[in-house]
Amino acid sequence: MTATSIEPHRAIEAIFRIERARLIARLARMVRDVGLAEELAQDAFVTALSEWPKAGVPANPGAWLTAAAKRRAIDRLRRDRMLARKHAEIGRDLSEEDEAGIAAIEAAMDDDVGDELLGLIFTACHPVLSPDARVALTLRLIGGLTTDEIARAYLVSEATVAQRIVRAKRVLGKAGLSFEVPRESDRRDRLSSVLEVVYLIFNEGYSATAGGDLTRPALCAEAQRLGRILAGLAPDEPEVFGLLALMEIQASRLAARLDPNGMPIPLTEQNRARWDRLLIHRGLAALERAEALGGAHGPYALQAALAACHARANRAEETDWRRISGLYDALRAVMPSPVVDLNRAVAHSMAFGPEAGLALLDEIDRDADLRNYAPLPAARGDFLFRAGRSAEAKVQFERAAALSRNDRERAFLLRRASACSGPGETM
Amino acid sequence: MRVMVLVKATEDSEAGVMPTTELFEAMGRFNEELVKAGIMLTGDGLKPSSQGKRVAFDGPGRTVIDGPFAETRELVAGFWVWEVKDMDEAVEWVKRCPNPMFGPSEIEIRPFYEMADFGDVVTPEIAERDKQLRAKTSGL
Repeated sequence: MTATSIEPHRAIEAIFRIERARLIARLARMVRDVGLAEELAQDAFVTALSEWPKAGVPANPGAWLTAAAKRRAIDRLRRDRMLARKHAEIGRDLSEEDEAGIAAIEAAMDDDVGDELLGLIFTACHPVLSPDARVALTLRLIGGLTTDEIARAYLVSEATVAQRIVRAKRVLGKAGLSFEVPRESDRRDRLSSVLEVVYLIFNEGYSATAGGDLTRPALCAEAQRLGRILAGLAPDEPEVFGLLALMEIQASRLAARLDPNGMPIPLTEQNRARWDRLLIHRGLAALERAEALGGAHGPYALQAALAACHARANRAEETDWRRISGLYDALRAVMPSPVVDLNRAVAHSMAFGPEAGLALLDEIDRDADLRNYAPLPAARGDFLFRAGRSAEAKVQFERAAALSRNDRERAFLLRRASACSGPGETM
Repeated sequence: MRVMVLVKATEDSEAGVMPTTELFEAMGRFNEELVKAGIMLTGDGLKPSSQGKRVAFDGPGRTVIDGPFAETRELVAGFWVWEVKDMDEAVEWVKRCPNPMFGPSEIEIRPFYEMADFGDVVTPEIAERDKQLRAKTSGL
């Protein structure tokens, strides 16, 4: 046991990571420009890196960084005013205006209403931005990921991500936003945009749409953290808790959903001892909270309730498929989508037999949207297989494999296809 | 990464001395910060070891030992489970915690094992046993 101190730069970096999002949020409200706010925060961090190793880490590092950034902002304002004055060649004294500007900055910084971080989240997820831009900006500003980390997570080039973020900041700058948390009528639409971004990030991590890895757990963890932050900042929003519940319960299966070769294991065949009980417990608590807030029929709360049905079953045979079918019927009403219909068909096949599932799939088949969607023939193959129609099942699994964009999923589907021909073989 | 943050016991905590209202409030504020930062998964306080029991293992033998236990400073008085980016971040958060005890005290941070840590430990044999367990538990 030896008393050590972490290498000072690493400690300062860790402190900065803790403070960064809130610092940017405070600065953005002050200077009304996320790009500038991020620069000012970075400047304050550089100042800390040079001063803290000499003077020691201040007792309240957050306040110190804020004060340092505020000084930089005021310096910048003075310099900009000076330049403007020179350019205009105006002789008159602008100091009064300067002082008014500085006073406004001081007021904005001191007026810590506590929701500045929430305001920044709403801004980063603003509907004027494309979903890709919202995701990148949220990961950068709130999650603190570097452009390189975002690029690696999304398998795109760093230049693409950097470009996306620069463009997003420009769009936000032109939109002349207030950086406040939206109120009343606006709030619902804006909140659903925020939740959509968080769930997009989670899903990209949970079921990677391309590449060799089936999951990128870092993105799941980041989305869960964002969800937990939102729950802490907006404790009265039922759908925030619905989404959080959904993510916690889905993430509880991360360690159980792939076999050692990286092949996906269907939910009903997963080793439930490997499900993360702590996350399930947190997910069920969040779902209860969503329901207590009157949000049982929100789209995220319904999806969380579905996930909870599986989480509550200690053995696959204990799964309450009738309840799941009922929840899908309800979800279909608030969130109509061919993918929901497909899952509903799977649920009905489990509750009422493969023929019931096949009948519902026939309805979906009329919808052209899912023509190239691998899970559709995969589900049909599964129903046919369970109905004892192996030859037809094999054709469907092969079709699904040809449509799949994920290497490992494709291998899994091909294995199921070949299992259809061998007599007496089971999965 | 997930860490367990262990609040170590002191003579006071082992004697069941309750914290002051001020400390309760300060802890409440700290917990609120943890929640708002999105890192808090769970946490709780533990009663003194006088109310605990130990089961000692020796081959097939099992001996139950009643508390209290010696080595006060090695005992645990409370814990959190946090999800943080790395140990540096966990250390910085612990530094912000109010001293949970009246006198000098210690808080210990221990990272959880993660899937990646096992690497080659999960041999094909273990995987096979897992598969059998899965088959058994799902009644296949």
